[in-house]
Amino acid sequence: MREITYGEAGVEALREEMARDSSIVYIGQGIGPRGGNFRQTRGLWKEFGDHRLRDTGICELGETGVAIGAAMNGCRAVVDEVFLDFILEAMTQVVQQAATIHYLSNGKIKVPVVIRGAMGSVRNAGAQHAHSFYSWFAHTPGLKVVVPATPRDCKGLFKTALRQDTPVLFIEHKALYNIKEAVPTEEYLIPFGEASVRRSGKDATLVAVGRMVHVALEAAAALDRDGISVEVIDPRTIAPLDRKTIVDSVRKTGRLAIVDEAPSMCGFSAEVIAFACEQALDSMDAPPRRICSLHAPNPFSPVLEDQMLPTSTKVAHEIRQLIAA
Amino acid sequence: MEIVATQDLDVRLSLDLYRGMLQLRDFELKVQELYRAGMLPGFVHLYVGEEAVAVGVCASLKRYDLVYSTHRGHGHALAKGVTGREVMAELWGKQTGCSGGRGGSMHMFAPEYGFMGTNGIVGGGIPLATGAALAAQLRNSGQVAVSFFGDGAVNSGSFHESLNIASVWNLPVVFACENNLYATEMAFHRATKNTGVASRGVAYNMPSVEVNGSDVHECFRTGREAIDRARSGGGPTLIEFKTYRFLGHHEGDPGTEYRTKDEVESWKRRCPIKAFRDKMISSKLASERDFEQIQLETDAWLEDAVQFSKSSPDPDPSTVLDFC
Repeated sequence: MREITYGEAGVEALREEMARDSSIVYIGQGIGPRGGNFRQTRGLWKEFGDHRLRDTGICELGETGVAIGAAMNGCRAVVDEVFLDFILEAMTQVVQQAATIHYLSNGKIKVPVVIRGAMGSVRNAGAQHAHSFYSWFAHTPGLKVVVPATPRDCKGLFKTALRQDTPVLFIEHKALYNIKEAVPTEEYLIPFGEASVRRSGKDATLVAVGRMVHVALEAAAALDRDGISVEVIDPRTIAPLDRKTIVDSVRKTGRLAIVDEAPSMCGFSAEVIAFACEQALDSMDAPPRRICSLHAPNPFSPVLEDQMLPTSTKVAHEIRQLIAA
Repeated sequence: MEIVATQDLDVRLSLDLYRGMLQLRDFELKVQELYRAGMLPGFVHLYVGEEAVAVGVCASLKRYDLVYSTHRGHGHALAKGVTGREVMAELWGKQTGCSGGRGGSMHMFAPEYGFMGTNGIVGGGIPLATGAALAAQLRNSGQVAVSFFGDGAVNSGSFHESLNIASVWNLPVVFACENNLYATEMAFHRATKNTGVASRGVAYNMPSVEVNGSDVHECFRTGREAIDRARSGGGPTLIEFKTYRFLGHHEGDPGTEYRTKDEVESWKRRCPIKAFRDKMISSKLASERDFEQIQLETDAWLEDAVQFSKSSPDPDPSTVLDFC
């Protein structure tokens, strides 16, 4: 099977869906002739033209609201914030409008909008281009939240997102655009709410999304050399969330840890531990652990940022502590 | 309300406009009465004094055209054709309301009438209307979107970004600013150095016009021109309607701490409904009897809406998670 990058997988998903569904319009900054800051729309402008690839000025609030409005009137809209960090300019449209309209209209108005942005730290971009606040959106009723970790998932989940009738936050990771994986050429969709067990294991359950899936897998490989068997679970979508796969795994391994690029305070890691304890505390042999970014804005200095972010070394260390407990 | 503006400003259309304004006025006064009697939950922002704007503009819209409204939106809903029953029942939180009781005053949705929502967020509907116009353009649907908003919205980023996008993409949208001079309690002249909203259209290279929002004929003519321009591919228009709310910002606000009695009274003397009626009678286009008849019909319409709403069932609590 041919290998393509995470970024190319997203482009393929878009190309296939835009060809299939003429109602899709794509709105964002630099997504036309330039093909996207992350090359996330490369080649599409030539194929689909100005009408469907709508370059805007720098106006996240306006362009996001426009996408939502278009989705209320028969289009399927994608708005690309490019850096997820920039969605903060548009949060009122996401949370107050997109997320509520279907419910408040008593189901009469559908809002098929995909709100796309890339999160996380990459190449020491500095605090304002490195946020990982993806879990905020899962806190808001009415939004689906997708956090793909691999090229194959990126394509399959993006295609599913482009067929939803409700708003979807499609949150890629900036540092993953160039990773490669074998991706099927034939069409496939990946349903929301189905976790992927990235690696089977029996001694501990390790949950991660986005780039941290790769950190978790590196740690698991290192631990395996020491005879510690870690099960790595990637929920892929955090709303809806596949709680069952995580709880079943904890019942099997008796130990739970989460590695998260976001801080632990009120984060996705807190939610995972909360429901795991609610549903499987009696199976736990040790208190669960969170391995998260430290509670600070991302610092610029590589030395400082490395100190702040979870690494596979830190994860392996924490899992050893968890097993010893 | 069903106003079919196929003809110019003839007598029949004029009486329809009058009826529309009277319905909005009496509806809001009834809401005030019910609210004060403790029968309606939530908050209401009443449209009394501004009726000529919604009625005048919406008279030129087709059912499939789209209106995006504000927190002061009962009048827009009625003028766009949502029935009095469905609007009143929504204010009552009843299952038969246009949002099934999930929305209330500030979240009324009736897409079946082209009414795309009142909105609790000032300026929140402006980008949505702009986006709806983008979809109309892309789908070649022939629709026009109208965004109503107040002077309180025009100093926001939503206003600026939306008008800029609408202009550069030549979208079929009408930006209808109801400048009632106060954003909650903040006088417009204290909020901005440029109190001419229409003058801001220049910044977007957009046709812009200022209108006497108490003159329903003027509102109608200006609205129709903008709607026709949008529909024929001429792009967006900004209209500033100079208007005034006779009551406070919301029911419960007397509206007297930040406005003088003289100012309020001077606007009430220019009441759009009374002025229109006087003009029609003095020019002998209609008689007292015509207006008495319209009043009787409006009374019956309103009573029906109230009785319908009062006797409607509450939503079923077990449906609380439907449409999540």
